[in-house]
Amino acid sequence: MLAYKFDWGVLWRQPSGEWLLQGLWLTIQIGALAWVIALTLGILFGTLRSVRFWPLRILGSVYVEVFRNVPFLVQLFFWFYAGPMLFGKTLQFKINALSGLNYYVAIVALGLYTASRVGEHVRAGFASIGHGQYDAVLSTGMTPVQMYWHVMIPHALRLIIPPLTTEFLTIFKNSAVAMTIGVAETTFMSYKIDEQTFHGLEATTGAMAIYLVLGMTVVKLMNVIEARFQIPGLMSR
Amino acid sequence: MFDAVLQNLPYLLGGFLTNVQLAVFALAGGLFLGTLVGLGRISKRPWVYHPVTLYVNLLRNIPLILVIFWFYFVMPILVGRTMDPFVSAAVSFIVFEATYFGEIFRAGFQSISKDLVSAAYSTGLTYRQTAAYILVPIAFRRMLPSLITQSIITFQDTSLAYVIGLQEIVRRTTIVDSMEVRSIQLYSFVAVLFFIICLAGSRISLHYEEKSRKAKVL
Repeated sequence: MLAYKFDWGVLWRQPSGEWLLQGLWLTIQIGALAWVIALTLGILFGTLRSVRFWPLRILGSVYVEVFRNVPFLVQLFFWFYAGPMLFGKTLQFKINALSGLNYYVAIVALGLYTASRVGEHVRAGFASIGHGQYDAVLSTGMTPVQMYWHVMIPHALRLIIPPLTTEFLTIFKNSAVAMTIGVAETTFMSYKIDEQTFHGLEATTGAMAIYLVLGMTVVKLMNVIEARFQIPGLMSR
Repeated sequence: MFDAVLQNLPYLLGGFLTNVQLAVFALAGGLFLGTLVGLGRISKRPWVYHPVTLYVNLLRNIPLILVIFWFYFVMPILVGRTMDPFVSAAVSFIVFEATYFGEIFRAGFQSISKDLVSAAYSTGLTYRQTAAYILVPIAFRRMLPSLITQSIITFQDTSLAYVIGLQEIVRRTTIVDSMEVRSIQLYSFVAVLFFIICLAGSRISLHYEEKSRKAKVL
């Protein structure tokens, strides 16, 4: 054992005590905003994978496969370092000069990545709806677009709330990767405390506690949503 | 077009080899510890069940990147000297992934009928023998698709060892990029490399899923 003097005071002494809470606020922002992107695109691409017109189905599959099979860290670095270059020389310098670019890139990259995982669940949701329902809805005279918008998507979403809860928890955990491009979220802050005080063990332990509390809060929140939107007559969890 | 990649190809692939090595250690250790975790999660002894459950629930709610940092800080205190980033990363991955593999094994164990277990006991097998010859092989076969999927995720996760300075492919790519400034081709190359391997893995997983659906063995 190395002689190590624990100093849990770094968790509440100023200024380091405040950093973790500031980090938590950023973690919540990134997770929540990325979730909006992930849900929107995930529903879109997941639905595309279930339609009868095959070019759209392939488009949905390609999106999901590409974003699911490349590590999130690589995607994040691609969007952050290579992303601005895709817009050509003049625009590139303007984009790189934006303040808070890393914050926006983190949200978009996390949203795009999580959308592929949401898309998988949405597809599974559609697969679990019997084929009879498609025919029944179409026989009422609805167009395919109306069918998806008014019947199939709401039905599929209500079926997949439990796995979506898991994804919602995962998005906050994955947001920690944003520290690698300098976004000052919770994990970044625990590392910063280590740099300033050499008490990284206490700081990372404190950050773990923050993630645990955040996770439990999300689970409580989702339980309420799940109970509210449960389909009557189906087995509950 | 791919000049920066080609000029640094041995250096980059050397980094990728580190990812593969790390994944091998993480999978071997994670599967072994995960089997024990899975058995602990179905244990009827409260002094086994509760600590294991606590361990699983704690680790699954924390970002992997934070776990990597935590071990990087805690290992020198336990061992008494500074750790090689590879060893530190391997330990974090084993401890972290074991909880995910453990939950997969638990689902596999719970899918085995009680009658089969009773039959095993009635032939005189001990708990240890029942676990080793009945529970683990059946659960492993049934959960193979999930285990492969989780293995792919583990392989992707090895890139996160970047944060403690391990010379894996993403770290080396940032080093090359800082000199060459060819971000598009460099990061595309890394993405394609991971994509090919992970896509192949997910196809294999799909193959076993189809197979087990058709065969319904055991």
